[in-house]
Amino acid sequence: MTPIAYRAERMFATPHAHGGGGVGRIMLLVQLALVPATLFGFWLYGWPAFFLWVVTLLSALVCEFASLRLLGGKAVGRTLFDGSALLTGWLLAMTLPPWSPWWVGALGGGIAIVIGKQVFGGLGQNVFNPAMVARVALLISFPLQLTAWVTPLPLVSIPAPGFLEGLRITLGQAPLPDAMTSASLLGYAKTELARGVDLLHAFSGGHAPRLSWLGVRSGSLGESSALLIFLGGLFLLAAGVIRWHAPVGVLAGVLLPALFAHGVAPERFMSAEQHLLSGALMLCAFFIATDYVTSPTTDPGRLVFGLGVGLMTWIIRTLGGYPEGAAFAVLLMNAMTPIIDRVVKPRILGRTRSGKPLIPRPDMADAGKGG
Amino acid sequence: MGLMEKFFGFSWGVHPEDHKRPAADAATRVMPTPERLYVSLAQHLGAPALPTVLVGQRVGKGALLAQPQGAVSAAIHAPTSGVVAAIGEIPAPHPSGLPVLAVTLEADGEDAWADDLEACDDPFALDPAEISRRVAAAGVVGMGGATFPAALKLSSSKKAGVATLIVNGGECEPYLSCDDRLMRDEAATIVDGIRIMLHATGAKEALVGIEDNKPEAVAAMEKAAENHGEIAIRPLPARYPMGSEKQLTLVLTGREIPAGRLPADVGVVVHNVGTAKAVSDAVRLGRPLVARIVTVNGGAVRAPGNFLVPVGALVEDVLRCAGGLSREPARLVMGGPMMGMSLPHARVPVVKGTSGILALVAAEANGAVENPCIRCASCVRACPIGLLPLEMARRAEAGDLKGAVGIGLKDCIACGCCAYVCPARIPLVQYFAHAKGSLAAEERARLRTEATRKLAQARTARLEAEAREKAEAAARRKAERAAAAAAKAATEKIERVEEVGA
Repeated sequence: MTPIAYRAERMFATPHAHGGGGVGRIMLLVQLALVPATLFGFWLYGWPAFFLWVVTLLSALVCEFASLRLLGGKAVGRTLFDGSALLTGWLLAMTLPPWSPWWVGALGGGIAIVIGKQVFGGLGQNVFNPAMVARVALLISFPLQLTAWVTPLPLVSIPAPGFLEGLRITLGQAPLPDAMTSASLLGYAKTELARGVDLLHAFSGGHAPRLSWLGVRSGSLGESSALLIFLGGLFLLAAGVIRWHAPVGVLAGVLLPALFAHGVAPERFMSAEQHLLSGALMLCAFFIATDYVTSPTTDPGRLVFGLGVGLMTWIIRTLGGYPEGAAFAVLLMNAMTPIIDRVVKPRILGRTRSGKPLIPRPDMADAGKGG
Repeated sequence: MGLMEKFFGFSWGVHPEDHKRPAADAATRVMPTPERLYVSLAQHLGAPALPTVLVGQRVGKGALLAQPQGAVSAAIHAPTSGVVAAIGEIPAPHPSGLPVLAVTLEADGEDAWADDLEACDDPFALDPAEISRRVAAAGVVGMGGATFPAALKLSSSKKAGVATLIVNGGECEPYLSCDDRLMRDEAATIVDGIRIMLHATGAKEALVGIEDNKPEAVAAMEKAAENHGEIAIRPLPARYPMGSEKQLTLVLTGREIPAGRLPADVGVVVHNVGTAKAVSDAVRLGRPLVARIVTVNGGAVRAPGNFLVPVGALVEDVLRCAGGLSREPARLVMGGPMMGMSLPHARVPVVKGTSGILALVAAEANGAVENPCIRCASCVRACPIGLLPLEMARRAEAGDLKGAVGIGLKDCIACGCCAYVCPARIPLVQYFAHAKGSLAAEERARLRTEATRKLAQARTARLEAEAREKAEAAARRKAERAAAAAAKAATEKIERVEEVGA
């Protein structure tokens, strides 16, 4: 027999096997989980929502490409299509008012990618969640456009804008008809409280925004359907992409104080259900607070992080100047992530929590036997 | 074990696809002795052995080829009868392909055992120290892959007074089934070896941990041990790295080995099932460790299975025994896929610690391009030690060795769980190995500087002492001269006085 011709071209590091999966697969699964809520958003808010989504994603991709080229990175194509920029753009689009003009999406995509991610050094290096950075920057810069909610007009209904009309809305050529605008539940509650109307009266009125698990309400492009977002989150949990700690933390962080406060003073504090089905809470719990890069690395740390996000959200919603606080809460807790990571660490085997070696006990006769 | 683990199962390690069958189910084949054997003199942890034979010398199978050198070392014996053809350098089974000193043996085809083997019918009548001596004389090393000289572990356990002997039949590495095969085929010999080791160490009980993906081995061992109450067979959940000393001790006894300490510090000693078999052979039959079971496996191997291979056979010959390769492998590995080393080529010899030879095809091998870390923390959950691999890698990459050590670099056991699960395919183990290497180099440099400083100090002290002595001597001489002069002057004066007086 001939000798075996094998010659290693280089040294291979251990391990020689791999469990499979990759960054691209993770990004793809998250995008898959976003599809139902996104499609529902298109159906609910019509063509303008679809156009805004396209513009935001394109902007994110173009800015990613430009940044990578300017930074002189290698393998630009591979990084561009690893799905991370697309996902950032997508998440941002989910949080925008569905009939926003095109430049809101375009600018937002740019802020998210360039300021939110690339200036920190690209994927994995950013301190703050890029989509939330963009969302907050837009909200502060353009409060009018960012709070222009429209009444849900399902695509199949008669007064819904058609394809061309939708395009004109997105391009800013058609003014938003007054009859179309509608307050979000959180905004409505804040306004009524400011007017001195207590919540019991405010919500008993006929024109008060309704609660809907399916999400037929005014709100952001992809935030309205709590149910579909929740299902997407369950899919990610089942696929092992996310862990339960951060979502449970966020939901508990909002619901516990809400239950308590509403129980004590229902005229001043919204109910847990109103909190749960409003604003960005569900999306934040399953898709934003679970962002790997900007949240802690240990499971207990993620629970702490989630609780912080939830609690801050409730505080801002209840006591702050803005009706919705999820994006601010996420950014605040992002800043806390390094501290949480420093404090909440796993115990090293054979060491105490403080890192000192355990004391040897060679005489442990039969103690602890049984395994 | 903590409360959390009781409720949520194991929170450490990974569960790789094991790829053990069908190789594990094929009967063990005996490899015919090749014409030439290349017996490395560095097959164990510690100093290489010192050759005791001359080129041209005829040796019997099991005759001593090289004797241990230094405190931690092991003897090397002839794997077959024949003539010593050369003593020189050959390519080592090491990724670098750097040469190693070896005895090349020309087989005579008789395969006849040497006639001076020291057999023993009743090992339990022997003194524990005598057992250790015989195990050392047989060149037995840890067969799990660490290849630490077994006799040293036996005698130090006796000294430490360990209560429990843990026998590792976990074989948690994927692809490998040599221990599985050994337990199925030679359960009685293993149990005998365990009893001899209990006698040698003075331990009261033996716990044999076997992963539950090897039901045949568990059954065979239970049957062999049924009349020996001191030996308990403990099936374990299949989980990598169950075979790691720290993990196995924790799972079997609930005791945690303190960082930087040995199992003896919690009253246990861990030996592999293969070592138990080798101890029995060494003490009962007087046969040194000259052959072992090697798993030949991987996508490129035509007839995967287990082979009884003489130490010193070339990987190439072993592969041929398994029907050769069906295609060019992407990677040739000695050992398991998690911790084994990649081979430079197939012309390296099998050593005592070779548990497997894997010819992996591209689809099985971990070869994707490295991406940036996305902090998903899969590695944190996979780490069996509770480290933060992503943080350690970040520090190692930045050259912050002190920082890496501060968060546990020295506790890392290089099991590879972190890199196995990493979706960004970051070669984390390589980062840690590099950092550990740099640390060792720094430590050596520090010791060297220390030694130089001490020498310089000693020289200064010596020179000063010499100068002082010289000065003192000079002063003494001066004083002597002065005294002599004074005495002379005094004498002259007296003489003068006498003269005057006269």
